[in-house]
Amino acid sequence: MSRKLVVDTGALARVEGEGSLWIEHDGADVRSVQLKIFEPPRFFEGFLKGRRVEDIVDIVPRICGICPVAYQVSALNALESLFGVEVDEQVRRLRRILYLGEWIESHSLHIYLLAAPDFLRVPDVAAIAAIAPNMVKDALALKRLGNGLLTVIGGREIHPVSMRIGGLYRAPKRESLAEMVPEIDRLRETMERMVRFVFSFEKPSLKRDPVLVSLRNPNRYAIDGGDVVTSRGLRFPPSSFEDNFVETEVGYSNALQSHLKDGTPYEVGPQARFNLNFEQLNPVAKGMAKEMGLVPPVTDSFQTICMRVIEAVHALEEVREEIEAYVQPSRSHASYQYKAGTCYGVSEAPRGLLYHSYVVNARGQVERAKIVPPTAQNLARIEEDVRLLAPQIIGAEEKEAKRLSEMAVRNYDPCISCATHFLNLEITDFGKITKDRD
Amino acid sequence: MAGKPSVGVFKFSSCDGCQLSLLDAEDQLLPLLGKVELRDFLEATSASAGGPYDLALVEGSITTAEDVERIMHIRKESRTLVAIGACAAAGGIQALRNWGSMRTFEAASYPEQKVARAMEKSLPVSDFVKVDAELRGCPVSKGQLVQFLAAATRGAKPRFPTNAVCFECKRVGNPCVVVAGNTPCLGPVTADGCGAICPSFGRGCYGCFGPSDDVNLESYVSWLQSKGVKREVIEGLVRMFNSGSKEFRRWLEGLE
Repeated sequence: MSRKLVVDTGALARVEGEGSLWIEHDGADVRSVQLKIFEPPRFFEGFLKGRRVEDIVDIVPRICGICPVAYQVSALNALESLFGVEVDEQVRRLRRILYLGEWIESHSLHIYLLAAPDFLRVPDVAAIAAIAPNMVKDALALKRLGNGLLTVIGGREIHPVSMRIGGLYRAPKRESLAEMVPEIDRLRETMERMVRFVFSFEKPSLKRDPVLVSLRNPNRYAIDGGDVVTSRGLRFPPSSFEDNFVETEVGYSNALQSHLKDGTPYEVGPQARFNLNFEQLNPVAKGMAKEMGLVPPVTDSFQTICMRVIEAVHALEEVREEIEAYVQPSRSHASYQYKAGTCYGVSEAPRGLLYHSYVVNARGQVERAKIVPPTAQNLARIEEDVRLLAPQIIGAEEKEAKRLSEMAVRNYDPCISCATHFLNLEITDFGKITKDRD
Repeated sequence: MAGKPSVGVFKFSSCDGCQLSLLDAEDQLLPLLGKVELRDFLEATSASAGGPYDLALVEGSITTAEDVERIMHIRKESRTLVAIGACAAAGGIQALRNWGSMRTFEAASYPEQKVARAMEKSLPVSDFVKVDAELRGCPVSKGQLVQFLAAATRGAKPRFPTNAVCFECKRVGNPCVVVAGNTPCLGPVTADGCGAICPSFGRGCYGCFGPSDDVNLESYVSWLQSKGVKREVIEGLVRMFNSGSKEFRRWLEGLE
């Protein structure tokens, strides 16, 4: 009887449209957990086929309005490695600042606007503004700074227009960035209380031992490129990504799921970066983490929000240093020639490792494109988290069960944030279905 | 309108960027939220009150049978329905699949093809329900969006741009990238509202705000070709974010 009702979940999702979480249990043990993504597919890999390679950097950011720069950087890393383009050091610095701007914007959006309401048990940021107005003011100022960096270097906050193969269409004058320094310094002063605010949240806890995967760069906290490393001690170049991870379709979701070759789920994002690259955090960020008692190994997924705010401190410090070192280059882009071949590019989107691979022909056209976004890599791991959290979920009141489940998903800041922000929780226990349509 | 206008923000197939533009209105965000009764906005709040709405902002294109039902329902509940961004207004980047075989695209993204996932075409909201206004762009201009909302909360008539990007270039003092560098640029046939960002960065406009009023694309393309710009390059620009708009689509159909 229960099975028949379980199959019915498709109809429910139609009502809600986007993502839903589905848990089946018998009052004690969990039978099944499914995170269903109903976000309709958009087929980017299909329509990149046959396009000029120059179009890629304008098209792929449209996959995600929250992390467009990540898509541009992973794509450029792939194409520029194939064409052997040497990007000017100052231009690389500008791209790095652009990426850090996206990190600051995305992290502040997630921490204070999307996730904090869960911890404070309120519906949204407007409600937080009623209880902690100064904190919200600081958070919005931080977010505005991230967007300001995107606008100066990229032309606009969402889908910046300045990136091109070989560099940037335009390199800003030094003054345009230097004039942001007073606001950066003012925000640096506020970061300690922003950090304390996040650490002060009352958090559930979840004991687990996930396989963590991130990039590593020999010189600094990996964001705009590097080798892939895992908590199992593996290290390999981006070109071996598909030899180590597999993507599979699951019948109940429009998102593909990634696993290690042996079927184990893995996690990308702040938790992976923090644990694997802690020593490379900026001294100010590392100092704050230590002062707050957050030192690797930390694998409780409810602590990820703390790592995110530490990364925001890191990003702000690094932006300050990079602007200090910036000198406007005489030429904002290098020339290149088409070359046929397969190329690979990776970078660390705010929510985790983003992999691109392209097969390009000698006329500069895309023959095959493959993109593995961070959220797809985290999906199997999220389901595993919910499974581990089930004893707490099953024992809780309905409202609390929903809150806990949604938080377990939101810990990963999935790119379907908006969908998961409105999770449609169903707990099935033998014939009795709790349908929560909010 | 007695009291605060009730507002719903809805998402269909899209990247979330246009809704995010609203949250990106950092300085105006809280004052704006204070002026409306926000009844639904998944990206921002878990509180959901349902309709009716004085104003519905709709992001994204219609790509599934469920989408069709949902947009009809939203229309029924809304006094004014506004399409925000290129996806809602013209089908967006995902309308590129309207030009090819859906099966091919599906195979590239989902090799095992376990489920039928979407309709053949990605279509604008106006193909299904009456749309009272459109805010263009990929993404929308934050300034236009805020201005629109501010006007709506006062009951004032919002202004919409109808000129081409060229006017904005002149306003900000950009040298013309076509005249100066033979750079392919859709500025003369694209609606303004962005502030001529791309020409300001020394590159041609890629048409993300869709066609401006009364465009003659073929005539402009012929002229560009006479300047030595390859037709396939121009076609690539037109076949980007607004290939589903009436004017761009008609020109592209003429090529086939």
